Amino acid sequence: MHLVLFLIFAGFCLAGAINLLIQRHPITSALSLIVVMTSLAVLYLLLGAEFLAAAQVIVYAGAIMVLFTFVVMLLNAGREERTLGSRAAIVLGFPAVVVILALVATIILHAQGLGTAALREGITSTQDLSTVLFTNLLLPFEVTSVLILVAILGAVALARRGDGERTEGQ
Amino acid sequence: MNFTSVHMFSDVPLSWYLLLSAALFALGVVGFLIKRNLITVFMSIELMLNGVNLSFVTFAHQWHAVKGQIFVFFVMMVAAAEAAVGLAIIIAVFRARSTLAVDRIDLMKL
Amino acid sequence: MTLLQFFLWSLLKVVVVSVILLMGVAYTVLLERKLVGRIQNRWGPSRVGPFGLLQPLVDGAKSFLKEDIIPTAVYRPLYLLAPIIGLSCAMISIAVVPFGNPAITGSGGFRFFEISDVNIGLLVILGITSIGVYGIALAGWSSNNKYSLLGSLRSSAQLISYELALGLSLVGVVLLAGNLNLRVIVESQAKHGIFSWNLFGGFQFVAFFIYLMAAYAETNRSPFDLPEAESELTAGYHTEYSSMKFAMFFMSEYANMITVGCVATLLFLGGWTSPFGNLLPAPHNIFLQSILPIFWFVLKVFSFLFLYVWVRGTLPRFRYDQLMNFGWRYLMPLAILNIVATSLWLAYRS
Repeated sequence: MHLVLFLIFAGFCLAGAINLLIQRHPITSALSLIVVMTSLAVLYLLLGAEFLAAAQVIVYAGAIMVLFTFVVMLLNAGREERTLGSRAAIVLGFPAVVVILALVATIILHAQGLGTAALREGITSTQDLSTVLFTNLLLPFEVTSVLILVAILGAVALARRGDGERTEGQ
Repeated sequence: MNFTSVHMFSDVPLSWYLLLSAALFALGVVGFLIKRNLITVFMSIELMLNGVNLSFVTFAHQWHAVKGQIFVFFVMMVAAAEAAVGLAIIIAVFRARSTLAVDRIDLMKL
Repeated sequence: MTLLQFFLWSLLKVVVVSVILLMGVAYTVLLERKLVGRIQNRWGPSRVGPFGLLQPLVDGAKSFLKEDIIPTAVYRPLYLLAPIIGLSCAMISIAVVPFGNPAITGSGGFRFFEISDVNIGLLVILGITSIGVYGIALAGWSSNNKYSLLGSLRSSAQLISYELALGLSLVGVVLLAGNLNLRVIVESQAKHGIFSWNLFGGFQFVAFFIYLMAAYAETNRSPFDLPEAESELTAGYHTEYSSMKFAMFFMSEYANMITVGCVATLLFLGGWTSPFGNLLPAPHNIFLQSILPIFWFVLKVFSFLFLYVWVRGTLPRFRYDQLMNFGWRYLMPLAILNIVATSLWLAYRS
């Protein structure tokens, strides 16, 4: 059961990631990334991280990707072109990444002491997670809220029209 | 619920999860290098972050450590903040250059 | 029970609940038309069948038989995908809603009155609500029509703004129950009948009103229905949709209303528990024991929907900037204050 679910959703992850690279229009890349994120949420559920699965759907797939989708729609970026730079990057980039992936895969497959995952094992309840988050790791949590406040201010400051720009009629 | 007829070879070795995570990260790096649209490059960065999150959760399962999952939580928060600011920068770049093609905005001179 | 038996029984549960939900959607449309008609001092639909009760069937047939026009300049894959996303997200949330007595189980702990018992049920509903935004955003953009795009952007911005207030208003309830599992939240309200419901005994009336208003905004209903008002943006994001696809958007709006009503009854109104609590003795007949909780649940959801339609028929709509102002500057701080007050009260109590 676990194997079947893992294979299906890992397949969705990889298909979505490859589709992100193949597609020419950014909106379809964004939708493929949403598929990747929701499949990852299911994989987190299989590994027993229930709260993280829900947070992945709510935060990543439901908020961050909505932001991406809005920007793609508003800027109406259009399809990509094949330029000299992109051809060079494909020729050099693909083999380099294949080499890196082969190295990492060799290290992983020769690792000792990795166990297996089974359904209904190692489920972390929300209570365990929140106990550690709000007692031991309270300071990083509060710092994160300041970080998000700074990000909000920065985004508003960057995205608004500056005072020096003129609008059409002037 | 107890099922009386489930096959017992259905446990998944954790190395498979790590391989998937490495594959997602590698695909994110490929996307970062080869895509020519600024937003798609940014989306490849998010893909890399998600790949890393999966490996954190895998190790949290392996060592029964909740702190691995909390780190994923923090990575999500940082990714959210980064996405907000990064997309604001992309909007500002688009306003200045009227294009999102990476090859055309690689010089500071207009 | 074997895996195959479990799948077949679960499939049966899913089919029954989906059919009942779709019938509920159809008859909610009829409820709205008749109730708004009565508020406006006229009969609603009353010709087709007794009291107009066959009107939804006729409406469904009309939707199917209308001509399906697809404009040539739309971006087809997303144009066809958007209503599917909208309707499926509206219908998935019902899978974690427990609508009956959980003590009645089959062999091996199989629950009859709940499709799935998830430990994070409340977060699943919030997550599905977040994904439902895509149906609207993609519909407007793929229609290649400036009114659709503006309508969908306004509607999506409204949805994501009020999702915050919605989620924050539910945190008070979660603090009281100590669990995210919807069944456990309802069971924590079962002790003294109406006085232990979270609305009354748990003092969550502020949270309930925040939830109510955020729910009206989330389902794009009056008084927050500017994005789809005909006089404003020529029907907003579903301007270019016809026949079955439009019917899917329409159904998804009402299915969202029913889902929101189910969540409100589970969290604030005590779910399937009777308002009399332990005053009346529990029935010994297992048939009554199953039917009575479902009856209370349906009654509460119905009263929530009645309130929805009543507000729609009575209040004028907000202007868009008033709407966003209200969501960000009044509802969200109020919801945070509610969380602070609830946690202070819990800390003082224990």
